[in-house]
Amino acid sequence: MSYEGALYIEFKRGIYMEKMIKVDKVTYDYSNSEKEVIALNNISLEVKQGEFVVIIGHNGSGKSTLAKHLNALLLPTEGDVFVKGLNTKDESKIWDIRQFAGMVFQNPDNQIVATIVEEDVAFGPENLGLQPNEIRNRIESSLKVVDMEEFRHKAPHLLSGGQKQRIAIAGVIAMRPSCIIFDEPTAMLDPSGRKEVINTIKKLNKEEQITIIHITHFMEEAVNADRVIVMEDGDIVLEGTPREVFSQVERLKKLALDVPQVTELAHQLIKEGIDLPHDILTVDEMVMKLCQLK
Amino acid sequence: MLKDITIGQFYPTGSFIHELDPRTKILITFAYIVGLFIVSSFISYGIVALFVLGCIFVSKIPVKYMLKGLKPLRVIIIITFIINIFMTSGTIIYSLGPLNVTVEGLYQGTFMAFRLVFLVVGTSLLTLTTSPIALTDGIENLLNPLKPIGIPAHELAMMMTIALRFIPTLLEETDKIMKAQMARGADFESGNIINRAKSLVPLLVPLFISAFRRADELAMAMEARCYRGGDNRTRMKQLVIQKNDIISMAVMGMFIAILIYVRIR
Amino acid sequence: MSIKIENLTHIYNPSSPFETTALDNISFEVTEGEFIGLIGHTGSGKSTLIQHLNGLLKPTKGKILINQVDITSKDVKLQDIRKNVGLVFQYPEHQLFEETVYKDIAFGPANLGLNEEEIKARVVEAMDLVRLPFQELRDRSPFELSGGQRRRVAIAGVLAMKPNILILDEPTAGLDPKGRDEILEQIKSLHQQVQNTVILVSHSMEDIAKLVDRIIVMHKGKVSLIGKPTQVFKEVEVLESIGLGIPQITYLMKMLKENNIKLREDILTIEEAKAEIINWIRGNKNA
Repeated sequence: MSYEGALYIEFKRGIYMEKMIKVDKVTYDYSNSEKEVIALNNISLEVKQGEFVVIIGHNGSGKSTLAKHLNALLLPTEGDVFVKGLNTKDESKIWDIRQFAGMVFQNPDNQIVATIVEEDVAFGPENLGLQPNEIRNRIESSLKVVDMEEFRHKAPHLLSGGQKQRIAIAGVIAMRPSCIIFDEPTAMLDPSGRKEVINTIKKLNKEEQITIIHITHFMEEAVNADRVIVMEDGDIVLEGTPREVFSQVERLKKLALDVPQVTELAHQLIKEGIDLPHDILTVDEMVMKLCQLK
Repeated sequence: MLKDITIGQFYPTGSFIHELDPRTKILITFAYIVGLFIVSSFISYGIVALFVLGCIFVSKIPVKYMLKGLKPLRVIIIITFIINIFMTSGTIIYSLGPLNVTVEGLYQGTFMAFRLVFLVVGTSLLTLTTSPIALTDGIENLLNPLKPIGIPAHELAMMMTIALRFIPTLLEETDKIMKAQMARGADFESGNIINRAKSLVPLLVPLFISAFRRADELAMAMEARCYRGGDNRTRMKQLVIQKNDIISMAVMGMFIAILIYVRIR
Repeated sequence: MSIKIENLTHIYNPSSPFETTALDNISFEVTEGEFIGLIGHTGSGKSTLIQHLNGLLKPTKGKILINQVDITSKDVKLQDIRKNVGLVFQYPEHQLFEETVYKDIAFGPANLGLNEEEIKARVVEAMDLVRLPFQELRDRSPFELSGGQRRRVAIAGVLAMKPNILILDEPTAGLDPKGRDEILEQIKSLHQQVQNTVILVSHSMEDIAKLVDRIIVMHKGKVSLIGKPTQVFKEVEVLESIGLGIPQITYLMKMLKENNIKLREDILTIEEAKAEIINWIRGNKNA
C-alpha cells in the first residue's frame, strides 16, 4: 500500500474512532418517598462517532435514566459524562451539548410544541438563534430526510403516530446534531409506525452519518445495530454485536427479554443435538442452514 | 357542541386579508371596535355594514359561514334586545303588566343588538383570516415594546401556542377517559347537579394527571431542543409591514374618519 | 355469552364534510367461550367495532345481538350491557383516579349497585386474578405503583364487574416483554378457568398465534379475513397487502417449503416448529 493510502486509512480511522460519548463510572441515585433508588450503578460506556448502539433492558433497568444523562437532562451523582469531549457538568457548555446530542422521546404527542409541522421543526433552530433563511433551509432538508415534505403545512394532531415521531426526528436533525438518542421512540406505535421510524433511524445512521443510541425493548430492532448493550438494575450485564448477544438465549430469557423466534428455535434445535450455529438472527439464515442439512 | 362555534376557527382562503401582517389585522380590529362605539345613528350602521360586507367579500369567506358563527350567540343578542326594550323609559306604545315597551326602548334595543352583531362579525373576521400561530406572533410582537414594564410578551405567546397545540389532544383524551369510565358503569348524564358534579371526579382526576404528565414531558422535550426562554431566540417567520398593510390601514383610517364626520355633523 | 353482529355500519359525522365510514356492513358471530383475536392496522375500524359491543357507540345501521338480545333496542338498559361486556381500553392505567387501589377497583362493582360485602369479595378476586397482593396493595395509591402494576389495577377494575365477555384493546401496548407475558398469561388462565368469551385486539401476530381460537382481520371498515389462526396465517399475501404480517415462525416454514423442504405449513409456535423439523431431520437420516 502506498504511503498516502496508508495515511488516508489512518486518517479515516481517526475520524471514525473519535469518541462521541464517554460515560465514566457514572452512578445516579435519587430518593423517592420511601427509599433510595440507585438507577445507575457505576456505569462506564463509550460510543464512537458513526456507531449505531442499541440499549435493551426491561422497564426500570435504568436505560432511560442513562439516556437522559447523555444530553445533560440529568447530571450524574458520581462520575462524569462527556459529549464530544465536553463534560455535561460544565454549565457553560450545556447548550452546545444539547445541540450535539439530540433526543427523541417515547410519546410523540408530548414533544411536539407547535400547531403546524414546519413551525415545530423550526423550534430548535429558532432556539439556536439562527437566521430565518437558514431556518427555512434546515426545515426543508430535515423534512426531506424523514420523508415528510408534503406534510409541511399540516397540523400535527392529524398525523399518525409514526408520522408524528418522524416530525419529532426532523425537529432534532434541524439542529444538526452529531448524535441522536432515541428513548423508546417505537414503544407507543403500531407495527407500520414502528417500521417507518426504524427505517428513518437506519437512514440517519447510514446516509447522514449520525451516531445513534437507540433504546428499545423490541429485540428485532436491535438486529441491525453495530453493538447491543443489555441493562439490568442499573448495570450493563451484556454487551457485544447482535450475534454475540442474541446467541445467549438462556441468559436473555433469565432477564425476561425476548429473542427473535428463529434464534430461539435454533437454540432449541441445538439442544436436541442438531448441528446449527448459535447466532442465527434471521429467517433467511435459518433457511440456508437447514437446507445444508438436507 | 364545541364544534358549532366557528368564532376563532381559521378559514384559509389565501385572500388579500389573509395575507396581511397579523399586527395590521389586530390593530385594525381594535380600531374597528373603537369605531363601533363612535356610531350613534342607523346611518352610521349602514356605513359599518357596507364596510364589513366589503371586508367579508374581500376575504372570500362565505357569508353563510360567518352567519353560522352567530348562531351560538343568538340567545345573548335576543336577551340584549329584550332587556333594552323593557328597561328604557320614554313614550309607551305597549304595556305587558308592569313592563312597558317604549319607542326609545325599541330603538335602543335594535341599536344594541346591531352593535353586538357587528362586534362579533368584525372580530371573528380577525380569527377567521389569521392562523392562530400568526395571531400569537402578532400579539407577541405588539407586546414586545412593553417588556421593560414587565409584560412577559414571549412567555404569553408561548403559552398560547402550547395551549392551541394541546386543545385537540386533550379533547380526544377527555372522550377516551369518559368512555373508559362509562364502560365501568359511570353515569355522566343523569341525576341532580350534585350527583353530576360528583360523577365528574372520575373524569377530571385522570385528565389533570395526564395534563401534568404531558406538561412535564413537554418541558423536558423543549429543554432537550435547547429552549431557554425568549432571549437570543430568532423566528423563522419575520413580520414585515408591506404596501398592502399600509393601504389597509389607510382604508381603516378613512372609515373611522367617516364615522366621526357622520357623528359630529 | 355469544355475540352476533348483523350488517353493522357506523358513520362518523354523517352528512358533513368530515363524514367517514368506520364500519361498512359487517357481519360475524362469536360463540360462547371463544377466544377471538382481532387484528388490523390503526384506522381499520377495530376500536369502533369494540365500542359498539358494550353500547358506547350506537350503530348507524345494523344489529348487535348479545345472547340473542338486541342491545341497540331502546328497552335494553345500558347498565345490563356493561355488566355483561367488560371493555379494557388501550393504556387503561390512564383512567385510574381513586386514592387507593381498593377504591379504584371497587368503582365498577359499586356502579353496579352491589353491597359492600360483595364488592369486597370481587375486589379480592379481581386482584388475585391479575396477581396483585391484596393486603399489601389495597391501601396504596395506584399512582405510586410501577407501570405494569398500574395496568393490572386497571384491568382488575374491569374484571371486578365479572363480565361474561371480556374485550381488551391492546392490553400489552408499551409494556416490556416481562409485563407483556404476565398479562397475557393472566388473560389466558382466566379464560381457562371460567370459559368467558374473550376478544383480544393486538398487533403482535406471535401473541395472537399463541392464544386465540379464531382471528378476525379488519381492513378499511370491513372484515377481510376470519377463521382459525392456521387458516388466516396461510393468507400471507392478503395480510401483507393490508400492512400486517404473520408470526416469524410461520414465515420460516413457508420459506422452507419454497426451498423444497417438505414440512407442514400450518405451524404457529416454536414448539410445533421444533417437533416438525426434528422429525424431518431424523426422517432424512433414516432414509
